[in-house]
Amino acid sequence: MSKVFIALQTNDDTRSIIQAILADNPHAIANEQPAMVKIDAEGALVVRRSTIEELIGRDFDLQELHINLISLTGHVDETDDELTLSWNT
Amino acid sequence: MDMKVSKKKLGLKEKYQHMTRGLGWETTYQSMDEVFPYAKYEGIKIHDWDKWEDPFRLTMDAYWKYQAEKERKLYAIIDAYAQNNGHLSVTDARYINAIKLFLNGISPLEYMAHRGFAHAGRQFPGVGPRVACLMQSLDEIRHAQTQIHSLSNYNKYYNGFHEYRHMLERVWYLSVPRSFFDDAYTAGPFEFMVAIGFSFEYVLTNLLFVPFVSGAAYNGDMGTMTFGFSAQSDEARHMTLGLEVIKFILEQDPDNLPIVQQWIDKWTWRGYRVLTLVGMMMDYMLPKRIMSWKEAWEVYFEENGGALFKDLARYGIRPPKWLDQIEQDKDHISHQAWATFYNYAAACNFHTWIPTDDELDWLSQKYPNSFDKYYRPRLEHWREEAKKGNRFYNKTLPMLCQTCQIPMIFTEPGDPTQICYREVDYKDNKYHFCSDGCKEIFEHEPEKYIQAWLPVHQIYQGNCFNEGVDPTAEGFDPLAAVLDYYHLNFGRDNLDFDGSEDQKNFEAWRGMATKNT
Repeated sequence: MSKVFIALQTNDDTRSIIQAILADNPHAIANEQPAMVKIDAEGALVVRRSTIEELIGRDFDLQELHINLISLTGHVDETDDELTLSWNT
Repeated sequence: MDMKVSKKKLGLKEKYQHMTRGLGWETTYQSMDEVFPYAKYEGIKIHDWDKWEDPFRLTMDAYWKYQAEKERKLYAIIDAYAQNNGHLSVTDARYINAIKLFLNGISPLEYMAHRGFAHAGRQFPGVGPRVACLMQSLDEIRHAQTQIHSLSNYNKYYNGFHEYRHMLERVWYLSVPRSFFDDAYTAGPFEFMVAIGFSFEYVLTNLLFVPFVSGAAYNGDMGTMTFGFSAQSDEARHMTLGLEVIKFILEQDPDNLPIVQQWIDKWTWRGYRVLTLVGMMMDYMLPKRIMSWKEAWEVYFEENGGALFKDLARYGIRPPKWLDQIEQDKDHISHQAWATFYNYAAACNFHTWIPTDDELDWLSQKYPNSFDKYYRPRLEHWREEAKKGNRFYNKTLPMLCQTCQIPMIFTEPGDPTQICYREVDYKDNKYHFCSDGCKEIFEHEPEKYIQAWLPVHQIYQGNCFNEGVDPTAEGFDPLAAVLDYYHLNFGRDNLDFDGSEDQKNFEAWRGMATKNT
């Protein structure tokens, strides 16, 4: 199974986002590097708006991710509620 | 008016659909072929442009909103960095030479990418890719400008930043990144998208903007960290676009496969060669290291690129050619490149040096198969010579590869003691190459590559001296004349770091920053 990843800047905004991603993807592993966190996951990874909103206590637009996003891989499928990264193999 | 108003806001997919489609039309005064003259000659067949899908579904309103926020963050940090003399908080002044390479060799490519995407967007008959190219073109010019702003702070204090635009078209090593991009944007629009959007952005930019920029942060350079991560967050969109381009082209017509495969082979190899510079920056120019070039290569190329090509196999795409050589090279290229710049430090606008003992130990540990055997003894020899006052400066101009324009420094696959040479006879001339990859790329388009502006050839032909300089005059010093032409100040911008003005100034200023003297 191939791995996908998402890398985010280390800051106050991303703390809850990272927490939400790890909660929604128990198979994901966070690697902390200087100024960034890289989250690797076998097969697929889901970023869920509702989980982030619960943690931050306000509405969240998934496109806000762009502000603190560093990089990602895999096919991207974005809706209003979820951003999914996946490989087909 | 009793127009029915939907209560629910448009979803992301519907909004994207409304804002990006139905905006074009079939031209009638002139034929579509004449309005879009480059759309067909590459042989790519597109039957339905509406099948194009931008996965991020970004529209201009969202683009401005989020980019503006990113930009505000970036400039707040640039200001704070400048106001606090942030340049004095980097680990040591050797680090600044990596930033010189960045501004001189990489930032101008952002501008070239801006031009390339603007051009490709104009040439595509479909509205979907046109919108995507427009946004990427804007991203790229922002990257060029934010990098220039971030780095201009260093230009106030350190040498070698002062004429990057002039130098880009002249200095020998800068012809490597420049010719790479010239090659891409003189290609057709589809090839450009595969070259830059896919091969470069998807497969290779992570190596530059993720581990190197994380390394900049580790070395106390907040300015570079911020523009780097800010740029790479756009790259995340660009990579997604690059992948979409490939899928779209391949799904349109089975005849497209061999053309795309050839471009993937060519551009992965071309990009890989350019990244030699980044390998050297990571292994030798970051005083505090986070990961070796080899480790970064394994994560971002082998693992990540491997997953990508496994996925694309369903379209009939196979991994890029020459991977077996690339696999072996990861133990060698950063060391071979650093040795070259150490040799030619007199003709560079940045400084080089021999790593300290603990840095040599780190390299030995990270490169157990190659460093002690092939590279460490040479560096230690040069260090001994420098101690005796014989710092080695190579005055013989190197032979360059006709395709990648890198000096012939790379070794034979399987034998790191033998320089790799390939040659091709074409129309009464002999052309030289550093590898099978560069040779094959030439053979596919010889008429393009025989036009290459090779800095060493140009120097020998007398084209790299200022007007009025007489190379036949007695006592003519060719190196001095070439450096004048480059606008490079001998003794300030070039030579070893040890004893340089940068080194002295940094030491003095850092002392002033921490003491009341």
